[in-house]
Amino acid sequence: MKVTMTVNGKSMSGEAEGRTLLSSFLREELGLTGTHVGCDTSQCGACTVHVDGRQVKACTMFAAEAEGTDVTTIEGMANADGSLNTIQQAFQDYHGLQCGFCTPGMVMAASSLLEQNPKPSETEIREHLHGNICRCTGYHNIVKAIMAASGQDVPAVAAE
Amino acid sequence: MYNFEFVKPSSVDEAVAALKDEDAQPLSGGQTLIPTLKQRLNQPSRLVSLLGIADLVGLSESGGEMTIKGATNHATVAAEAASSFPGLAALAGKIGDPAVRNRGTIGGSIANNDPSACYPAAAMACQATIVTNTREIAADDFFEGMFATALDEGEIVTAVRFPVPEASNYQKFEQPASRFPLTGVFVAKYADRVGVGVTGASNDGVFRWKEAEEALASNFSPDAISGLTVPADDMISDLHGSAEYRAHLVKVLTGRGVAAC
Repeated sequence: MKVTMTVNGKSMSGEAEGRTLLSSFLREELGLTGTHVGCDTSQCGACTVHVDGRQVKACTMFAAEAEGTDVTTIEGMANADGSLNTIQQAFQDYHGLQCGFCTPGMVMAASSLLEQNPKPSETEIREHLHGNICRCTGYHNIVKAIMAASGQDVPAVAAE
Repeated sequence: MYNFEFVKPSSVDEAVAALKDEDAQPLSGGQTLIPTLKQRLNQPSRLVSLLGIADLVGLSESGGEMTIKGATNHATVAAEAASSFPGLAALAGKIGDPAVRNRGTIGGSIANNDPSACYPAAAMACQATIVTNTREIAADDFFEGMFATALDEGEIVTAVRFPVPEASNYQKFEQPASRFPLTGVFVAKYADRVGVGVTGASNDGVFRWKEAEEALASNFSPDAISGLTVPADDMISDLHGSAEYRAHLVKVLTGRGVAAC
């Protein structure tokens, strides 16, 4: 079947079977490989995208379910001139990544959090990242990056 | 994953018709069903998405009852029930993680009846009514054991109706990897009764701890249950916790829930 959705502001169409996941559709049909598939079991959150403004795991939603929706992926996050947006820049500044595999999902989750809660506490950030797994950083620098991106002071975090 | 036909009707009637196909199944948020399909543990010929049915989304309150439509996701309940039914909103706001809460629905959770799901504990404690496209079923009659419910083939949960308690609290002792409750207890206090719904603990799935309900009805304080014991005979025992441990948790969490009400 043909599936059409708005991705990062542009109308895009492609072919999908019933079983085609949104993550597969974005990566293989539309060529948007910034959305990473880490576990494919809904655990890791590397595939996090926004559908109609709400963060979802693209590996746990069918492409057909996204028909007619407005999807934002990591490719849609940079500023119009191609420079990193505030959250992405903060991840660079605070070394919020090492291998970078989880980073697209982390940035999408962080942006969703800051839309709902512009000044989250450290605890709120950690709770919001429950569904996003990073195996490199131990999360401290990701939390700091999100604190910084929200314009707050970046305190030394616990257990550091 | 085996392939299937995907259909997205816009009314309950169309969905019921589409589910007449022998191996058709409803798809709500898919946060349990899709991982199950990936493991080839399930092979529907057709999935009937319920999320395109406007009639199945939203919550409302009237006459002391909160009605949550079947395809309402957890994030919506967490946000919209926060002032009128904070115990249930808090439960919804702790299911899974933020992405899961934006997809998973109350109807899906209730219909799946995972022995560790959160919503069934609240439905039991509150003696909620499960509304389907054909009938209304009391929570006590709806949940029939692990992954088993009173639903017939092709029957859809269209809403869950909760009598709103005076006070309520959900205590979830998380299994840290899955974030499902290792054991969870929902305590609901009404003018004339107290409900205690327990999930994650029993081999028979969600249940009401009726002994505690009776004790708490006359004395709503953690002391009221201090002399009670929960039998470990029918409790789940696995690498995360023994049957005795879960039985102990039921009592501890009930006490905490009462104290927090």
